[in-house]
Parts: sequence; structure tokens; C-alpha cells
Amino acid sequence: MCLAIPARVVEMPDADTAIVDLGGVKKAVSLALIDDVAVGDYVIVHVGFALNKLDPVEAERTLALFAQMNDLVAAQDAAAGSA
Amino acid sequence: MKYIDEFRDGELAKGLAAAIAAAARPERQYAFMEFCGGHTHAISRHGVTDLLPANVRMVHGPGCPVCVLPIGRIDMAIRLALEHRAILCSYGDCLRVPASGGLSLLKAKSHGGDVRMVYSPADALEIARENPARQVVFFAIGFETTTPPSAVVIKQAAALGVKNFSVLCCHVLTPSAIMSILESPEVRRWGTVPLDGFVGPAHVSTVIGSRPYEFFAAEYRKPVVIAGFEPLDVMQAILMLIRQVNEGRCQVENEFTRAVTREGNRKAQDLVAEVFELRRSFEWRGMGTIPYSALAIRQAFADFDAERRFALEYHPVPDHKACDCGAILRGVKEPRDCKLFGSVCTPENPIGSCMVSSEGACAAYYTYGRHREGGAG
Repeated sequence: MCLAIPARVVEMPDADTAIVDLGGVKKAVSLALIDDVAVGDYVIVHVGFALNKLDPVEAERTLALFAQMNDLVAAQDAAAGSA
Repeated sequence: MKYIDEFRDGELAKGLAAAIAAAARPERQYAFMEFCGGHTHAISRHGVTDLLPANVRMVHGPGCPVCVLPIGRIDMAIRLALEHRAILCSYGDCLRVPASGGLSLLKAKSHGGDVRMVYSPADALEIARENPARQVVFFAIGFETTTPPSAVVIKQAAALGVKNFSVLCCHVLTPSAIMSILESPEVRRWGTVPLDGFVGPAHVSTVIGSRPYEFFAAEYRKPVVIAGFEPLDVMQAILMLIRQVNEGRCQVENEFTRAVTREGNRKAQDLVAEVFELRRSFEWRGMGTIPYSALAIRQAFADFDAERRFALEYHPVPDHKACDCGAILRGVKEPRDCKLFGSVCTPENPIGSCMVSSEGACAAYYTYGRHREGGAG
């Protein structure tokens, strides 16, 4: 039910409809719940409706945070190794 | 960026696991409830539990819409198909949930009921337009993610003047369920588990925002971290919760900033408010009757309310006596504590709702965690 998925908008045949690409499968979804969607945006698709847009800047920030955690652990390991 | 693979990276998971192990103080226990069935599914599927220290335990919550739907509501949908001869349109996950009299929606279909699986409520409205001589009912279940699409189709049906379409509204509200876990009369019956915080819903929060959880953090002194549905998201949220507990903070934090804002999706919220209003009370499976925990269709859209159109009454039905879904939904018991689990009750032959939906705790355990003996699952 709640397993909505991120999908890329590849076409917008009209203002209320987007064609999204889901791993090669194309599907029409309703844009009735969100504004300002453009081709190339990623949206969260749930029961045939786009619920929200994904923010690429915030996504990069989250991934950077994960990577930072990895660096921190590597540094700790190195410190433990040299101790 | 595809927003999926990047958030499943095994190397990064190791780093997060090490950071969690470093943050968790060995002298104390941590118990966090993941409210969403989507998180339960992600945790089981990607083996997140295996990456956590033994003193960090995840407790599964009631955030699977199929699991919390009481039998009496499915009986209403079956009555629409068999007695009122309506075309009953349902999401796929509801079809196999056992109902009264040995029936399910799927069995009702084999008894001649016109039950159809739809992917979207828009499909149900389309079926109504294609079958003007028949009554078509959409069985609307789900939390705040599925409610806005239901609102859209009701408004479309009204705008198009579709006379043969209605909705059996069973939409429920996440904040009410969280409150019921923290404080309700059923706690006495089921007992309760000490919880140190909540992993907040991902997609529900894209709609309602992070603000509704601020109340829990403030009033109940429970930290909430909203997390995306990928395994790294869940692990990062667990780390953020451990840090809050360690520092004695009880705040709402947002790990899922790529999709969730504090305000949420205002357009969706306005549509929901226009079409729906609060129900005074609603029975949840395993949670009892919770006041103001669900939505009903407003008077202005009464023509599209299946309960009014067909004068349907709700009759509560007790769960199967041996089924522990109620306690499992509250996090008091684990699936393997139920004597039906994996023997009589399997995904092929579910007795309780937690085994029906792939997001249910029992189905997730059965599919991904059954091989593991003991431990937290």
C-alpha cells in the first residue's frame, strides 16, 4: 500500500498528467496533487498519483552525510590501528 | 541519481552500522518503534536488524493499512458486492484478508460478486463511467498517503456528475494511531512496550509534513525521526534517535528532507479537508475503537458516500481467538510469539491481517526473517 516509489517524469502530455519511467516501464500518473512539475523531475508515485517532488539538493546532502559517517569510521579504525 | 540504489549502498551501510554501534551506550537498552509497514518491510528485506547492536531493538508498529482494517469493514465491502450487486473496486492487498463467514473479497468474487482489483482510485471512477447501469463502489482504505487520491476522484465524480459511483471510506489517521499506542485503555489488555522513540512515516509525512509529530515529542517526551524507506535512511534515523536519547532530547527530526518538509503538501491537505471530515470514532483492528482517528465523507459530497447510499451499518467482529495480530500491531508480541505463525497462518493461507499484506510484520518475518532463530528478528 504505502510502498510508493520515486520515478522520473519523462513526458507531460497535459498539465494534469505525467508519464513517468519506472525502471524502463512507462506509466501515466495524475499531477492533481502537486504543482510546478517539469520533465526530468523525480516524483513519489503512489496509487497512480504523484504525491510529492524529490529535492535533488537535499538528496545529495543526505548521501554526503552517510559518506561522512564512513570517513569517520575509517578514521577511527586508523586511529585504533595505530594506537 | 535514481533515489533508490544510492540509498541501499552496502559499504555506506557498514559505516552507518559502525556509527550506531559507537553511539549506543552498552549499559542501556534502546527500543524504537517503526510505525510504517513500509519501514518494517525495508528492515526485514535488507537485514537492517542484523546490523544493529543487541541492545538496539526495533519494535513493529501498526502502520500497515491492511493490517489495521477491522473485519467488520471488509464485511461491509463484501455485502456491497454480494447483496447490493455493486461492482466493488479494491486495492489488491485487501482481497485476501479473511472476513466473516469464511469469506474474503476474493471468495466473494468466486460466489458471483463483481469484485475488481484496481491500482488507482482513478481506475474505479473509470469503471463507473464505463458501466453507467451498475453501481460502482471504491473501497478506500489507507493512511494519509492514499486519502488525497480518494479526495481527487470524489471531486472529479462530482464535477462530471457521475451518478453510479461512491466510496466506502475507511481512511485512517497516523497521529491518532501513535497516540493510541502511547495512551489507551487497550494498553491494559495487551500490555505495552517501553519505547524510546519513533521512526516516523516516510510517505505519510510527504503529505502531512513533520509538524503533526511535534506534539508527541513535546507532550509524551518521545523523539521522532522521519525516515525514508530505503535501508540507509532507516539506519540514519536509528542513529539520530540514539543520539537524541543519549542527549535527553525529545524532538522531531527529519532524515527524509529530500521529500518531507515541515508543512507537507498543502495542496493535498486542502483537498482532503474539502472532501473529508473527522469521524467521531473508528474501530482499528488490534487497537480497539479510537476517537477521531479516521475520516468520513462530508455532507457536501454525501451522494458519493457508499455508507449513506446503501444504508450500510458497521458490525464489529472479533478476531480469530488464537490470532495475535492485535498484540503484534501494538509491538507487544513478535510474530514468532503467535502459535499460528508459520504453521496454520502463512502468506498463502493468512488467518490474520498481519500475514496478508507484504507490509505486515508477520508477512515480512515469514518472507525474510524466518530462517533466523531467536534474536530480535
